[in-house]
Amino acid sequence: MADSIANQEALELKITHPLSEMAVMFFRNHAAVAGLALLIFIVLFTFLGPFIHTTDPFEMVWAPFTRPGEEGFLLGTDYLGRDILSSMMAGGQVSMAIGLAAAVISLVIGVTVGSFAGFYGGAIEEALMRFTEFFQVLPTLLFSMVIVALFGASLLTVTLAIGVVSWTAVARVTRAEFLRIRELEYVAAARAGGAHDGYLIFRVILPNAMPPIVVQANLMVGSAILFEAALSFLGLSDPNTMSWGQVIGSNRPYILDAGFAVAIPGFAIFLTVLAISLIGDGLNDAFNPKLRER
Amino acid sequence: MSQDSLLSLRGLKVHFPLPSRGLFTESGAVHAVDGISIEVKRGTTFGIVGESGSGKSTAALAVMRLVPITAGEVWLGDKNITELKGGDLLAMRRKVQIIFQDPYSSLNPRMRAGQIVREPMDLMKVGDPATRGDRVAELFERVGLRPEQQALFPHQFSGGQRQRIGVARALASQPELVVCDEPVSALDVAIQAQILNLLRQLQDEFNLTYLFISHDLGVVQYVCDEIAVMYLGEVVEQADRISLFTRPLHPYTWTLLSAVPSAKTKGRTRRIHLQGDPPSPIDLPPGCRFAARCPFAEAQCHTARPPLREIGGPGHKVACHLVSETGVAPHQALEGKL
Repeated sequence: MADSIANQEALELKITHPLSEMAVMFFRNHAAVAGLALLIFIVLFTFLGPFIHTTDPFEMVWAPFTRPGEEGFLLGTDYLGRDILSSMMAGGQVSMAIGLAAAVISLVIGVTVGSFAGFYGGAIEEALMRFTEFFQVLPTLLFSMVIVALFGASLLTVTLAIGVVSWTAVARVTRAEFLRIRELEYVAAARAGGAHDGYLIFRVILPNAMPPIVVQANLMVGSAILFEAALSFLGLSDPNTMSWGQVIGSNRPYILDAGFAVAIPGFAIFLTVLAISLIGDGLNDAFNPKLRER
Repeated sequence: MSQDSLLSLRGLKVHFPLPSRGLFTESGAVHAVDGISIEVKRGTTFGIVGESGSGKSTAALAVMRLVPITAGEVWLGDKNITELKGGDLLAMRRKVQIIFQDPYSSLNPRMRAGQIVREPMDLMKVGDPATRGDRVAELFERVGLRPEQQALFPHQFSGGQRQRIGVARALASQPELVVCDEPVSALDVAIQAQILNLLRQLQDEFNLTYLFISHDLGVVQYVCDEIAVMYLGEVVEQADRISLFTRPLHPYTWTLLSAVPSAKTKGRTRRIHLQGDPPSPIDLPPGCRFAARCPFAEAQCHTARPPLREIGGPGHKVACHLVSETGVAPHQALEGKL
């Protein structure tokens, strides 16, 4: 009897962090777990692969357009006779790095604009949201092409261009969350407890606004990868670096003779974006307490 | 117990402007609190009752300086706190704390219970940082929680326990005045009693002054020394507990009291049902704001606003044209007949 009471007390004091419940929820979602596994596989393939398969992606190693599986080339060779398997690894690193960096840039701009607009309201909100709408109505691909054309096609400008055109969605989500959370009593309680605006924005509201922002940022990585592919396809990317989009772009003229050289990087992009979207979906469900009960 | 005034509201007005519809049309405002004056004596509990939308919670937030004050003044002791800024405002916040209504939304879900109680001490630099941890543990014990529960997150507590955390947080900076904004209306009746008793014990122990906001007359009768009844942003009647509950003068107070559920069946008056809703706080009627729903309203009630007059004993104030100078309320004629 005394034992069971002691047990109960111990049980009651088991500390569950709010995030750990979300993690449990996430791992119950089979599609999300499959997406996560797929993404881990792709990351391992691109970042650890080159240590096993050491062929230089820029070196001509065989006749052009060797079909996949022939002559010992698992994924064949491209129009310059370069090993596509190596290209996939090297290109994946660049594509994912650009996707991640562009998402971080859009996150920083979007969260800053959105949180100030949502927190202060009034004229500040009006000005910031009109500014956001200005960016929203610009045709994104055209705008990023202009940026890249103006400042030259390097990894940095491509990343910045993607970040600068895609932060508006983050800003809107952040603003919406701030509008909701700033009315909650714990914000008033923190203010009554002596919190200044900066503390309220960054320490009280932002941590609670993070879930939908994280989902948005995650999906942003996927769309940034697609964006980079589109720019590369149009020839607007750094010719000295290899990315999936660039492999597609450079093999594009030969699509009828050697479709595989275009299809393989296309499939890699498809898998990566699919994995990221599945994860984003899973995170969304895990963060949304209303769905938890179902 | 000293009887000097700790909190005094002088003609306090809080109006929320409505967004303007056109460039040249004048936009209206919600008259949430429309000129209330009250004095809260040190060490006592002052209750503000009223229905939803009467402005009682807005008045509480104005005292906390959490909403912009349109007009009037708020005095804490001998200090005008209406327009304090920066460091002075922070110093004032140490002395005035608040307990919120909803224990589910008043605690930050991302913070551990201990951090929540500690936060005001850190932000307002109360005491020595090294001893703040001990103080949090002490507060936990004082409000009836176990100190080891500090590491838990809010969602791991029940409603009553959460409200205890809210009480501990309010006491962290050793305030003089605690604004209780419907502190028990979101709780079960059994838990309500526990929290009310805790508040009373803490009041005796720390000589706290409470501004107690509630719509529950039973609760108000239990904890308050003095009570103001609010209707549409105005105080319609104010008295000490005993005279308000035994001899309500304003017809609105009378109908409110008749609506209190009671286990007694003998000797109770019939319940008075008010018709309709209060008028809009945007377009206020020119006369008495209660006139449209008042069963006794006369012509003058619809045209002239009744002033708050002291009638029928010291400190008993009422704003009604129909209460005679000798303190005879309009509903008294009906008493016994119902």
